[in-house]
Amino acid sequence: MLEKALQGNAKYWSWVGFLLSMMGMGALCYVLQFNYGLGLTGMSRDVSWGLYISQFTFLVGVAASAVMLVLPYYLHNYKEFGRITILGEFLAIASVSMCLMFIMADLGQPMRALNVVLHPTPHSILFWDMIVLNGYLFLNVVVGWVALNSEYKGTHPPKWVYPLVYLSIPWAVSIHTVTAFLYCGLPGRHFWMTAILAPRFLASAFAAGPALLIILVMIVRKFSSFDAGDKAINKLVTVIIYAGLMNFFFVGLELFVGYYSNIPGHIHTLDYLFFGLADHDTGVIYNNLMPWMRVSVIMGVISLCLLGCKKTRNNSGILFVACGLMFFSLWIDKGLGLVLGGFVPSPLDYIVEYVPSIPEIFITLGVWCTGFFILTILYKVAISVKTEAERVS
Amino acid sequence: MDNKRRKFLKIAGLSAVAGIGAPAALNMLMKGNVQASSSHGHGDDHGGGHEEAKGHGAHQKEVKLGKRYGMVIDVHKFNHTPGLVQKCIDACHDTFNVPDIGNKKDEVKWIWEEPFAHAFPEHSHYKKNTELHHLSFLVTCNHCDSPPCVRACPTQATFKNEDGIVMMDFHRCIGCRFCMAACPYGSRSFNWRDPRGMKDGKPFIKKVNPEFPTRMRGVVEKCNFCAGRLKKGLLPKCVEATGDTKAMVFGDLNDPNSEVSKVLKSRFTIQRKPALGTKPSVFYII
Ligand code: SF4
Ligand code: SF4
Ligand code: SF4
Repeated sequence: MLEKALQGNAKYWSWVGFLLSMMGMGALCYVLQFNYGLGLTGMSRDVSWGLYISQFTFLVGVAASAVMLVLPYYLHNYKEFGRITILGEFLAIASVSMCLMFIMADLGQPMRALNVVLHPTPHSILFWDMIVLNGYLFLNVVVGWVALNSEYKGTHPPKWVYPLVYLSIPWAVSIHTVTAFLYCGLPGRHFWMTAILAPRFLASAFAAGPALLIILVMIVRKFSSFDAGDKAINKLVTVIIYAGLMNFFFVGLELFVGYYSNIPGHIHTLDYLFFGLADHDTGVIYNNLMPWMRVSVIMGVISLCLLGCKKTRNNSGILFVACGLMFFSLWIDKGLGLVLGGFVPSPLDYIVEYVPSIPEIFITLGVWCTGFFILTILYKVAISVKTEAERVS
Repeated sequence: MDNKRRKFLKIAGLSAVAGIGAPAALNMLMKGNVQASSSHGHGDDHGGGHEEAKGHGAHQKEVKLGKRYGMVIDVHKFNHTPGLVQKCIDACHDTFNVPDIGNKKDEVKWIWEEPFAHAFPEHSHYKKNTELHHLSFLVTCNHCDSPPCVRACPTQATFKNEDGIVMMDFHRCIGCRFCMAACPYGSRSFNWRDPRGMKDGKPFIKKVNPEFPTRMRGVVEKCNFCAGRLKKGLLPKCVEATGDTKAMVFGDLNDPNSEVSKVLKSRFTIQRKPALGTKPSVFYII
C-alpha cells in the first residue's frame, strides 16, 4: 500500500518538499541544541518547561480526539463516519508521533530515555504517560492499518482487530487524563492543581481535534476526489460546539473559584494570563501572554457563534475559518497558556517570563512538519486506497 | 528504599492499574514512597506524637523510625555575623563544584539567600517588623520527608536514601525536569549548558574539587545534605562553615536526644510551605 505515497502530482511533491526542508531546518537546530544543551532554548531555572512540553500537551489532546470518530463508528455503527474515521485514526498516529518527538526534544539526556523503561517507577505519572502514549500509538497503527488493508483487498477487517478497536476508546481518554495528571498532582503549582484539569483537557481536545480534522477533510476534498461527506462534517461540527462550550464553561469555573475565593495562589496565574501580574517588589507588570490569551478567548467566542449559527456554518468557507479559529484558540489556551502560565509566579514568588529562542521555534516547527509529513503520507495512502476501492465496487 | 520494598511497590503499582482496589493501592504506594526511611519499621509510626509537623495545615504525623536528618537555621545569628551567609554558600558551592554560569536563566545553585517575602511567600508580609524584611534566609533543599520530586521522577534518579536524604543519581537522570515542576521550593537546578565549560576564558567552576564529581549538561542537581560527609562522620559543609556560632544546627530529627531535636523542642521554628504536606526537614528560627 505504501507505494501509493510515491505517486502524486507536482503540488503534492512541492508540499512534501516544503515539509522535508522544514524538517531539515528543525533537525539542524536540534543538532545545535544537542551539542550546546537545552540552554539554547528560552527555558530557565524558573520556567523549566517551554514550547516542547506545551506542544506535547496540546497534541495529546488532538490524538485523543480520534475517539470522537471511533466511538460513533465502531460502537454505535454510525455509518456516516465510514470514510472519515480512518482519517481521524491517522491524525492520532501523527499526533502521538509528534508528542513522542517533543518529549525527546525536551530531554536533557535524550540518549538515556530508555531509563524510564529500565527503571520502571509506578509512582511517577510520567512513567504511565509513556506507557499509555506508546500503547495508543500501537493501537492506532494496528487498527488503522488493518482496516485500510482490508479495504485495499476488498475484504472485511479480521475479527481479532475489534477488541483492539474497543480498547482504543477508553485508552484515548486515558492518554489525556494521565497527561493532565502530570500537572494536577503537583503540590504548590496552584494553577494546575485542579481536579477539573483532566475534564477540561478532554473538552478542549474534543473541540480542537475535530476542528483540525474538518480543516484537513476540506483540504483533502479540494485536492482529491475523496469526499468524507457533509453529514460527517456536520456531525463533527456538533461535537466541536458542545466540546467547545464545555471547555469555556470549565474555564469559567476556574475563574469563579479563583476570583470568588480570593485566594492569592489561585488568582496569580489567572491574573498573569488575562490581566498581567505586578511584581511585589518593583511594581513592574508582566503580561507577555496576555494578548495571546485574550485573542484566544475572542477567537473561541467568534468560532462558537459561527459554528452555532446554521447560516454561517453551512457556508464551507466560513466553516473553514470557524474551525481554524477554534483550533488556534485552543492551541493558545493549552499549547501556550496552560503550561507556561503554570510557572508564573515561581515557587519563590518571582515572576520570570519565558520567550522561546529562534532555534527552539525551528525545532518546534520541525516536529510539527514531521507530524504533517507522517500525516500526508498516511492520508495519501488512505485516500488512494479508498477511492480505488470505491471505484471498484 | 531497600530492594524488596521497591519490588513490592512495583507490584503494588501494577495491581493498582489492573484495577484491584486502585485507591487503596495508590494510597499505599504514596505512603511507601514517603516512608521509605522506615522500611524496616514495625508498627509504632504514630507513637509519641510530640514531633508533629509545625505550622497550620500539616496535621499528618511525621515518621519517627529510622534516621531523618534535618537542620535548624537561626536567622538572627546569621544576621549578627556579617558575611556568614556568603561563607556558607561558598563553602557549599566550592565543595560540590557548583558552576557559576553568570546569568539568571542558566543559573545553578544549591544554597542561596532570599528575603523573608520570597522564602516564605505564603506568609503575610503585612505589618511585619522591619528587621524581618532585612534578614537573609538561607534556602536549600528541604529534604522533605514526603518529597514530591521523588514521587514525580520517572527513573528514580532522585530518591530518598536510608537516612531520609533526597539524593540525585546524575548518571541515571534523563533531564525531563519533572522533579523541578514538582518541587514547591525551587530547590532544583538544571544544567542548561555544560557546567564544565567556560565563557570568555573563565571556567564556570573556578577550582574543581576532585573529591566530588562535576556534572554533565542536561541533568538536574541540588543540595545532597552532604550525604558523603555524613557517612564519614562529618557535618555538612555549610554547617561546618558556621563554626561555633550555632547559626545552623544539624542532626537526626528522629533521635530525641540529638542537638537539633533539642533546639526544635525549645524554640519556636517555622518550615517553608508546611500546608503542602511535604514535611520539610529544614526549620527556621525567626
Ligand atoms: S525541597 Fe524540593 S527538591 Fe528538596 S526534597 Fe523537597 S521537593 Fe525535593
Ligand atoms: S530530571 Fe532527572 S531527577 Fe528530575 S525527574 Fe527527570 S529523571 Fe528524575
Ligand atoms: S548541606 Fe551540604 S550540600 Fe546542602 S547546602 Fe549545605 S553544604 Fe551544600
